[in-house]
Amino acid sequence: MPAAQQWIHVCNIDDLVADSGVCALVEERQVALFYVPDQRRVYAIDNFDPVGQANVLSRGLIGSEGDCLFVASPLYKERYCLDSGVCLDNDAVVLDTWKTRIDGDSLLIDPRPRQPVAMRKAV
Amino acid sequence: MSKTRLVVVGNGMVGHQFLQSLADSGHMAAFDVTVFCEEPRLAYDRVYLSAWFSGSTAEDLALGQIDQYRAWGLDVRIGEKVVEINRDDRLVVSDKGTTLSYDKLVLATGSYPFVPPVPGHDREHCLVYRTIEDLEAIKASAANGRVGVVVGGGLLGLEAAKALRDLGLETHVVEFAPRLMAVQLDDMGGALLRAKIEALGVQVHTGCNTQRIVDGERCVHRMEFADGATLETDLVLFSAGIRPRDQLARACGLAVGERGGIVIDNHCRTSDAQIYAIGECALWDGRIFGLVAPGYAMAKVAVSGLTGGEEVFTGADMSTRLKLMGVDVCSIGDAQGRTPGAKNYTWLDESAGTYKKLVVSADKKQLLGAILVGDAEGYGTLLQYMLNAIELPAHPETLILPSLEGAPAAGLGVAALPESAQICSCHDVSKGDVQRAVGGGCCSVADVKRATRAGTGCGGCVPLLTSLVNHELESLGVEVSHDLCEHFPYTRQDLYNLIRVEGIQSFEQLLARYGRGKGCHICKPAVGSILASCWNDYVLDPKHLILQDTNDTFLANMQKDGTYSVVPRIAGGEITPDKLIVLGEVARDYNLYTKITGGQRVDLFGARLEQLPAIWRRLIDAGFETGHAYGKSVRTVKSCVGSTWCRFGVDDSVGLAIDIENRYKGLRAPHKIKFAVSGCTRECAEAQSKDIGVIATENGWNLYVCGNGGMKPRHADLFATDLDRETLIKYIDRVLMFYIRTADRLQRTSVWMENLEGGLDYLRDVVINDSLGVAEELERQMAHVVETYECEWKKTVNDADAVKRFRQFVNSDQPDSNVVFVEERGQIRPARPEEKAEPIVMVG
Ligand code: SRM
Ligand SMILES: Cc1cc2nc3c(=O)[nH]c(=O)nc-3n(C[C@H](O)[C@H](O)[C@H](O)COP(=O)(O)OP(=O)(O)OC[C@H]3O[C@@H](n4cnc5c(N)ncnc54)[C@H](O)[C@@H]3O)c2cc1C
Ligand code: SF4
Ligand code: FES
Repeated sequence: MPAAQQWIHVCNIDDLVADSGVCALVEERQVALFYVPDQRRVYAIDNFDPVGQANVLSRGLIGSEGDCLFVASPLYKERYCLDSGVCLDNDAVVLDTWKTRIDGDSLLIDPRPRQPVAMRKAV
Repeated sequence: MSKTRLVVVGNGMVGHQFLQSLADSGHMAAFDVTVFCEEPRLAYDRVYLSAWFSGSTAEDLALGQIDQYRAWGLDVRIGEKVVEINRDDRLVVSDKGTTLSYDKLVLATGSYPFVPPVPGHDREHCLVYRTIEDLEAIKASAANGRVGVVVGGGLLGLEAAKALRDLGLETHVVEFAPRLMAVQLDDMGGALLRAKIEALGVQVHTGCNTQRIVDGERCVHRMEFADGATLETDLVLFSAGIRPRDQLARACGLAVGERGGIVIDNHCRTSDAQIYAIGECALWDGRIFGLVAPGYAMAKVAVSGLTGGEEVFTGADMSTRLKLMGVDVCSIGDAQGRTPGAKNYTWLDESAGTYKKLVVSADKKQLLGAILVGDAEGYGTLLQYMLNAIELPAHPETLILPSLEGAPAAGLGVAALPESAQICSCHDVSKGDVQRAVGGGCCSVADVKRATRAGTGCGGCVPLLTSLVNHELESLGVEVSHDLCEHFPYTRQDLYNLIRVEGIQSFEQLLARYGRGKGCHICKPAVGSILASCWNDYVLDPKHLILQDTNDTFLANMQKDGTYSVVPRIAGGEITPDKLIVLGEVARDYNLYTKITGGQRVDLFGARLEQLPAIWRRLIDAGFETGHAYGKSVRTVKSCVGSTWCRFGVDDSVGLAIDIENRYKGLRAPHKIKFAVSGCTRECAEAQSKDIGVIATENGWNLYVCGNGGMKPRHADLFATDLDRETLIKYIDRVLMFYIRTADRLQRTSVWMENLEGGLDYLRDVVINDSLGVAEELERQMAHVVETYECEWKKTVNDADAVKRFRQFVNSDQPDSNVVFVEERGQIRPARPEEKAEPIVMVG
């Protein structure tokens, strides 16, 4: 049973850009936030591009492959699944993702990264 | 087993091809090969020799590569000439004193230019045109002269005349025969060609018999002709035919022809079975072949003979297709109609400047020969009719008559060709070879070129090859998907047309009507670019914002560490001292790394996302505009200093460059577009490596299109000459808009041109003759883009919502702690990972 979630306020919804990304600083971690109004959902994924070694993923383009939404790195174009953090071009690479919640005008985030996919399945 | 000692004399085009074929045959290891190469460099492409004058270097033209030769295990003697063959002892002796024994000997000694023995032929500044050294001598000689005369109005003579003209000389061609290209053309074709060449400023004198060359009064020489006429000139270039280099063979007693040439049989063996002769030095069936394709065929036959094969040489087709000073000239088979009973069809259109002639058999069923001047379009088809003896249509004249409105062009589909049809004569590749290559897994023209080498010689067969490859792929059911991506089952061109015709204004609209899913990093920027080309809206408008690659989103290029570069427009590379000072001040105040780019402007690196709006505000206040360094759009128009300052300049290249840059700035396209304008033929702005290049001439502007530097350089094609400014701009408008309409995603103009069916001629037809009836529309579209231009940065810094996006964090003012600079040569640079790991002093 995971510990109780603690939500913290990050920013307002109008600080986000529909179908695109911005970056937030969450307890010293850089978190890329992608707002998808259709789903009324905000995806939160590590802003650090492990291939390009720079904090840039929030500035990547959103796309879809089948049902999977991804962000393509602006540096070398690797695609990362917004939901799971798995790199679609090299599944050995998995980025941290975070849980978010929209509460009125406010975007809340659970500052502890989610478990990586493989472990999550076992839970 | 001991190896066969093989000596190859001559490393020209055919000598090289022989070695290549031997390597390809897989038998190289069975031989101990020594190559004697008289010239100071390995084989190079003589066919494209003239390109040396337009900037190709000896390296560009090189065919033989020393590393390759070493890898093949060859002993190569560069700059060493064989001076004697001793057949009794099977020895060759070189001018450096080397004596070497051989088991087999291959002579590939080529030919030399014939210089008529008129008195004075050996004066200084009397030159020939065959080797790179010859060209160096011509260039040196031309630098001090004003007038040049080419003796000989054949194929090579006209090419040489073009070179002299491009070197800026007043150029004359003196021909003994009553017409130009006497071998390949008839009187009418020759006359039309002459008119066209004279229109280009080259003076032609036919029926002129040079008697002697003496000191001139106004020029270095005076040429005196049999009819008493004279011509003063500073340079004489002999191009009066070639003679086989058969001296070695002659001296050692091999059979040679009455008028020269080493006699060979069908196996390319000389009268001594241990000795082969190939290329232009060889005489087969009483004939010398002065073209490269037959030489290549001989090389293959000789390799076959040396390796136990059975191939034979059966003669070669001497049809030619040339572009002489921008004029298409083709000659096929019996162009003069000498075959008994032959009948002619001719078509002359003086207004269009075209002449076409068919020579057909008495029963009108077979094509025997043809001439095309001014329009080479039918060449491939006609050649196939003749080579494969394909039965002509009931009305052969339809093959040369202009197609009437709406009627389909009278082409011969590739399907109609027999399997044995030769597609590429340079490398002797048949339709069957191409079919097998496609069957074996090649799925593009590039693959087939690699596998068969078809199309990699003179390039003349590429259009035919392309349609054949496509046809084969389709008939194999290989579905070559042209879909942009999984979200749109359309090509970029389809999408362009849908957007334009239906007036679609946003990605959402397009996706709703024609797409599926959410889009991706492929279709979004492509559609963003099309929307911008069509409607020229602000790219950061919220409905377009999500389409842009990060560089367009933030109107700057992202660098490896996530910072950005700042590139203001410096049209034509011209900048005032005051503006230069502003750049310096901004760079200093924001501590930006500063560098002059390859595009004649200044790039400021290391700006953090959140600094961009403030930096640009300062630049805009000082009168700068965005340089679009981030966009798939017009980049720079490079210029040389031109007639304003330069002593050689013939027109104001800087002024034109600035005007062009201001006209097309902001134009979004499938890929970036670069221009350059040079003030004279010395070409200091390198216009021939640009998408659009312009070079000043005495009579106006020459327009070059579809050049490229970058990964796969391509020389631009000369599109039109001596244009006035208005026509120049009109043509550029049309070319660019047609490119935007029809190119693929991320396709530079160079690749677009390579893939454009019909190539340069087709583009000319569309742009100059308005063959599609779209010229006016293209101009209108361009006018719209020009009228609606707005500096994106100016608009952005004045828009609070847009500026809001330029921040590192939505919830903090801290900078990105991973961006760390260290100092190098007095400026910043991004810290390397190991430098970041250690605590270091941050600058900036
Ligand atoms: C800054 C500059 C190098 C320099 O320090 O001189 C440069 C820098 C870059 N070039 Fe370039 N190119 C620069 C002149 C050139 C030139 C020379 C020229 O324009 O005369 C060429 C060859 C000419 C040509 O394009 O035909 C050139 C051929 C390329 C190519 C290969 C294009 C091709 O068709 O093969 C790329 C890659 C691409 O576009 O896909 C490229 C891509 C790039 C990128 C955008 C790579 C990237 O994605 O980060 C670099 C961006 C740097 C930046 O942030 O501004 N750059 N690049 C030059 C900027 C010129 C300017 O003022 O805008
Ligand atoms: C300007 C120009 C344009 C042309 N355009 C075309 C064209 O469009 N299409 C076409 O089909 N053909 C064209 N040709 C002709 C084509 O270049 C020749 O057919 C081809 O080069 C012949 O090849 P080769 O190897 O027989 O002779 P070469 O290429 O002349 O090579 C012979 C080599 O042997 C060397 N050699 C000679 N004797 C000795 C010796 N004793 N020891 C050592 N080395 C020796 C020579 O120095 C030379 O390097 C053109 C030629 C020129 C000059
Ligand atoms: S050549 Fe390569 S490294 Fe140099 S600027 Fe161009 S893209 Fe960058
Ligand atoms: S015919 Fe010359 S390359 Fe094919």
